[in-house]
Amino acid sequence: MRDAFGQPQSAIIFGGTSEIAQATLRQLVAKRLDRVVLVGRSAEALGAMKDELLASGCSSVELVFSNAADQSSAARAVDEAFSALGQPVDLVLMAVGLLGDQAKDDDSPNRTAEMFTVNTTWPAAILAGVRGRLVTQGYGHIVVLSTVAGIRTRKANYTYGAGKMGLDGFCRGLAASLSGTGVTMQIVRPGFVTTKMTAHLDKAPFSTTADAVATVIVEGLSKKTTVLYAPSVLKYVFVLLRHLPEFIWRRLPG
Amino acid sequence: MGEQHRSSVAGWGNTARANQTIVTPTSEAEIEQLLTTASGGVIARGLGRSYGDPAQVAGGIVLSNAALQEFGPIDRTSGLVTLGSGVSIDTLLSVAIPHGFFVPVTPGTRQVTIGGAIASDIHGKNHHIDGSFMNHVLSLDLATPTGLVHVSATQDPDLFWATAGGMGLTGIIVRATIKLLKIDSAYVSVDTTRHNNLDDVMAAMIEGDHRYRYSVAWVDCMTSGARLGRGVLTRGDHAPADLVQGRGSADEAIPTKPRLSVPFDAPSGLLNRLSITAFNEAWFRRAPKNKIGGIERISTFFHPLDGVANWNRLYGQRGFVQYQFVVPDDEAETIRLAIERLSTSKVPSFLAVLKRFGPGNLSPMSFPTPGWTLALDLPVGPSALPQVLDELDDLVAAAGGRIYFAKDSRMSPSSVAKMYPGLEAFRTVLDRVDPEGVMVSDLARRLNLRGTPHA
Repeated sequence: MRDAFGQPQSAIIFGGTSEIAQATLRQLVAKRLDRVVLVGRSAEALGAMKDELLASGCSSVELVFSNAADQSSAARAVDEAFSALGQPVDLVLMAVGLLGDQAKDDDSPNRTAEMFTVNTTWPAAILAGVRGRLVTQGYGHIVVLSTVAGIRTRKANYTYGAGKMGLDGFCRGLAASLSGTGVTMQIVRPGFVTTKMTAHLDKAPFSTTADAVATVIVEGLSKKTTVLYAPSVLKYVFVLLRHLPEFIWRRLPG
Repeated sequence: MGEQHRSSVAGWGNTARANQTIVTPTSEAEIEQLLTTASGGVIARGLGRSYGDPAQVAGGIVLSNAALQEFGPIDRTSGLVTLGSGVSIDTLLSVAIPHGFFVPVTPGTRQVTIGGAIASDIHGKNHHIDGSFMNHVLSLDLATPTGLVHVSATQDPDLFWATAGGMGLTGIIVRATIKLLKIDSAYVSVDTTRHNNLDDVMAAMIEGDHRYRYSVAWVDCMTSGARLGRGVLTRGDHAPADLVQGRGSADEAIPTKPRLSVPFDAPSGLLNRLSITAFNEAWFRRAPKNKIGGIERISTFFHPLDGVANWNRLYGQRGFVQYQFVVPDDEAETIRLAIERLSTSKVPSFLAVLKRFGPGNLSPMSFPTPGWTLALDLPVGPSALPQVLDELDDLVAAAGGRIYFAKDSRMSPSSVAKMYPGLEAFRTVLDRVDPEGVMVSDLARRLNLRGTPHA
């Protein structure tokens, strides 16, 4: 069960090899997390995280393999994850994402379709499956990783940004639909995060790290706010950026 | 069957809200039927004054004792009375005081039911003299998943004592027979003394508590250095009739409805370091330095916070936690360390309550054990707070102390095993009366009280 600070004892992590998910897991295990299901594609990377979590004191870590590029795998992934964890499920973290390579995606129907499958369709399908199970449980918390890049898309990463924007919008409606069910939900919008996914890119202003985003997620678990920013100052930065005239927005660096 | 609806509830601290089916049975037959047909866990709920999650079970059935209002009569000679588990101390006092009786043990609020008082084995300002609530319970009727039983200190004593402080996990308490305290008046004669630091407060309590039926100190945890833990000590006893002649009848001294109310959640930052420091300062200055023989109404002395309805909303949407622990007499240093740790970590805390416990009872899970107990209200918010409290848990466990389940909302399962050596004996009783694990609460799941992981 979650404690007064929202800290979970059990969690299902979709995208268990994402750097932000792993940094979050490390912080959660240092608090109350004890039983974990990791959902992902790479047996090797998931296995390494499982070993680390068991060494950190988790009593059970189960792996569920699923490919987010295959939208038909979502229903089965939810089934397997919930039966692997057992009751109660305190936290579901959705951390699946694919940044892509905008220059290559620009003119590729297949790459663009895959970007939307991984960033939007598969996560939304998963969350639809998660919703009913948690509502029946009468309790549970969902955290979805979004991005500030979805707030106003730009040429450097519009396919990624638009995919996340679709998921983000879906989740805000989903969060509203959970009112009165005992289930709660938060959407976390990080700025530019320096990870393996972004190592080749120039840093944007207000860039952050996976650890810092994890801290926002973990400390945010006791807050009632639906949308969290990492770093939190981005909330105010984007109030401004969202309303910039288009000709200035396009000229901004990064 | 009584009223039934799906609803979300939380504890008094307004954290960890969960949805469940709430049923209000009107008879023990209905309770028995519910226990035999339930799936997904059942737990009783009274007036919801526990701070955390003992009176809720996500996805299960919460059985409200609100309709179990059987009352009396009070035996004028012995003070014995049989009460439905849903009768509140508030209701009990409004009937008993005019007849010259008082509840044998009362917590800081009247909004506690008899069922809750037993399940938490509550204590009051008189623990050093009279012990906890269960010490005054002669027998009780309990609906367990394996049947309705009548238990007492001689009839299935293991189950009787496991129900005391058992947090509702032995079954649904239907009714109990308790022994009331005979009083002469509806007033309390109170001595108030102000002390400039923790050492002085504790020395005064060690020196003089045995002369008073009631004793409690309010300690300021926002001070440091030479004034660390300054406090106001109030001690007293029920006033003899001749002392309060002409002060009005008992009816006038009986607690009435709250005069003030907090209608909605305040902004979460309202109670911060600044506002709480200012409040504590004003409160300390307002107390008399040394006032002997003051006369107070029962409600003022015992239940000051009941004057403000829903005061928990002052802590805002994120809610608050209460941290209450007890350590043995020779580990009094832990009290100082705890106050110091909170003071230096900049976690704002309102006045803390400091009290000395007398001997405990035979219950394996009852909180009070001989020594010092400290209780603090802390707002959820400061990022250091979870870690600070985990460290205090370790300190308390190492000192041979324990945390109070009725207040807890954040302890870890591993701490419980260290703090409650009676846990295995408790589990043995539960395995006997509830082999299927029908009785479950979110507290029991969070702290793994049944010892059956992931059930």
